[in-house]
Amino acid sequence: MKLFALLLEQLVYSSSRNQKIRHLITYFSQEKDPDRGFAVAAIAGTLQIPNITSSVIRKLIEDRVDPELFRLSYDYVGDLAETVSLVWPSNITSENISLYAATNTLASSSRSDAPKTLAMLLDRLGQSERFALLKLITGGLRVGVSARLLKIALGKFGNKNVIDIEELWFGLTPPYTDLFEWLEGKAKLPNVDRALLFRPVMLAHPIVKNDLKSMSAKEFIAEWKWDGVRVQAIAYKNQSRLYTRTGEDISRSFPDVLDQINWQGVIDGELLVVQKNTVQPFEQLQKRLGRKKPTKQILDQYPAHIMAYDILENNREDLRSLTFLERRRHLEEWFALERPKRISLSEIISVSKWSDLTKYRDLCRLHGYEGLVLKRRQSPYLVGRKKGHWYKWKRDPLSAECILMYAKRGHGKRSSYYSDYTFGCWSNNNDNTLMPVGKAYSGYTDDDLLRLDKYVRDNTTERFGPVRSINPSLVLEIAFDAVQFSNRHKSGIAMRFPRIKRVRWDKPANEADSVEKLRQMVDQSAFVKI
Amino acid sequence: MNDKYSWLRQGTKGLVCTPGKFVIDPIQPTDLAVITHGHADHARSGHRHIIATPETIAIMRARYKDIRKESTTPLDFGVAKKINDVEIRFASAGHILGSAQVVIDYRGTRVVVSGDYKRRADPSCEPFELVPCNLFITEATFGLPVFSHPPADTEVLKLLNSLKKFPDKTHLVGVYALGKCQRLLCHIRKHGYTEPIFIHGAMRPLCDLYKSFGYELGELVQVTSRVKKITAGKIVVCPPSAIAEKWSRGFVSPMTCLASGWMRIRQRVKQRQIELPLIISDHADWYELTTTVREVGAKDIWVTHGQEEALVHYAQTIGLNSAPLSLQT
Repeated sequence: MKLFALLLEQLVYSSSRNQKIRHLITYFSQEKDPDRGFAVAAIAGTLQIPNITSSVIRKLIEDRVDPELFRLSYDYVGDLAETVSLVWPSNITSENISLYAATNTLASSSRSDAPKTLAMLLDRLGQSERFALLKLITGGLRVGVSARLLKIALGKFGNKNVIDIEELWFGLTPPYTDLFEWLEGKAKLPNVDRALLFRPVMLAHPIVKNDLKSMSAKEFIAEWKWDGVRVQAIAYKNQSRLYTRTGEDISRSFPDVLDQINWQGVIDGELLVVQKNTVQPFEQLQKRLGRKKPTKQILDQYPAHIMAYDILENNREDLRSLTFLERRRHLEEWFALERPKRISLSEIISVSKWSDLTKYRDLCRLHGYEGLVLKRRQSPYLVGRKKGHWYKWKRDPLSAECILMYAKRGHGKRSSYYSDYTFGCWSNNNDNTLMPVGKAYSGYTDDDLLRLDKYVRDNTTERFGPVRSINPSLVLEIAFDAVQFSNRHKSGIAMRFPRIKRVRWDKPANEADSVEKLRQMVDQSAFVKI
Repeated sequence: MNDKYSWLRQGTKGLVCTPGKFVIDPIQPTDLAVITHGHADHARSGHRHIIATPETIAIMRARYKDIRKESTTPLDFGVAKKINDVEIRFASAGHILGSAQVVIDYRGTRVVVSGDYKRRADPSCEPFELVPCNLFITEATFGLPVFSHPPADTEVLKLLNSLKKFPDKTHLVGVYALGKCQRLLCHIRKHGYTEPIFIHGAMRPLCDLYKSFGYELGELVQVTSRVKKITAGKIVVCPPSAIAEKWSRGFVSPMTCLASGWMRIRQRVKQRQIELPLIISDHADWYELTTTVREVGAKDIWVTHGQEEALVHYAQTIGLNSAPLSLQT
């Protein structure tokens, strides 16, 4: 478990993706089976481990350490697992208990014995390993590694395509010994029943300036880009699954969609909340996401729906090598035959020249579409973001003039620059106070960054660790895709995809926008009937 | 609070010894200052006369140009000296080069003022000397049970392993210019690392001073803008603040490291945006503090500089009279 504990430490402090990948690869090559597989499961969140409550852990430590000293320590550190791991009385020589042995010992002890077993383990482990174990059983390693990043690292470790790993992933279980054997070239691709497994999805490139000039409108069709969540719905025999585009299984959160499935195949589409045939704004869908067991009330209030735009398989026939137009014909036939509930067909927009499409794009904001997606008529379904096939052409962003309020130092190359900015607008109460409305750390040029960094250093009023509070006088023009109401923020609104468009060195702060103006920009337009 | 030691009190200038007519580590200019060691929060300029170890005086003279030789009295470790009505001597504190505990004998009572200290081995200074006494005034920078410093060697290995794993990255290591810097360099050299080590300009004078006292630091190259292009896979040491300053721009792919006892706490590491924390401290950790409090055999323990509350509580639970020094006014 020593290597695992070290890995967690390295991951949590690494600022860049590449650094994390390198640490993971080193770990995979140094650690033995089955521990490395259990580590993968721990990071991916697929490891089954008995949950022991913090109050039990507190009791254990207070039996061993002066409660007053523990209290002072906990006050200082602020994290229970960390405090306990640090003050737990220990031998200088710790044992190297494997992650498997530790978790297995815990899992096989009865509920009443679990605290005693845990104490026995903590006695034998070193500090870093105690921390790792305590974090595992209290839930949440928080090392900043997504399932996707983990798969990329596994792919690089075994010199294999990440797509193959994604395809397999949900057919495998911890400790993933078969996966590692294949990655190390010792065995063939693990044989799993793939019927219900996630199929990696085809993604679109953003349109940049002159892209359209070199493309012929006649070779493409367009579809609305819906503001929902890209999903893949799979049905085989009597089972069905719903995945996000990264392969996360969200079936349990959306029983209303899955219960209606009585067909067989793989559908690619956008998950939306549709109330009385009207598409609802994204915030409503957010109420459904991450809810493992939605209540009846939630299901009634925010009914889910899929806008289908592609079919990958029909009755176990793989359609991915067909052209878009052929697949579309299959999709329409399937739709006509099955008449699936809670699924609609995405509308096809066909134009002969790009200028005609511009008119559609101009309608996007009014109707609440994020923009358009262009698909080449002759392209097969290609995994990943291949150039030249699918494009997303987003609607023009909104913009507002905000005031720089806080700045935070960046990471890695930017660690000596104040590069992350929090900005605000004037509050609605006319009392000359500023309300933070968003954060941005992109959009500016290198020259802007140099000047902004100097400005931050010269205009600091207070410091809190890596954050500086700035004399509110600099106006930033912020571009963003949309504004939404949000009760998570004090301002009552949240911006989507904000970035710095321009720094208005010339503009006086009192001419910046108000929170009220931003509220008026909230999308009220999502009334598309389907 | 304790009449027995009313001749020692915490005044506005610092810890005042009335019968000796001196102040220990005064924070304001005073007539007679007894200085435990060269760190700036203990050794300030502007005193009329200074008593300290020869090493500490050398450090102070390197840092403050206005200290004249005539206004200093060097006192070697173990040599007793009568000052007015008391007798003092210095005992090594093991904190940095020249760091001393002040042993004061007055009317049959012995008081030891620890200054900053640590008990573990340090290749860049003399080891700590345990001096039995009646009253021990201890620092408590890391006075909480959460602070246990790992062996410095394992931390240095972390750094050397990272250089191997990330040969494309410049390892920018934040360290205090006095003491920690030279200690880290000694440890790194002990591990057989012979590459040139790059240093921030602020490190230069004190590294030279350590060399003049016979410490081997190996080849040191001062950082210039030209040098920044060739530091990938190498060690660059600088003051902790420089990592966040403009000085650190231009290095090839920097990886931020910091050598400090505070690196034990994850939140501190995250807050300072450190990618490779090295838990190396010049101060005693909780184990060393509590061991020392027991071993000096003093009935009275006063605690200062840091997390006083926990150490006072500990000393009381083992039956000693203990209070924070700040209350002794």
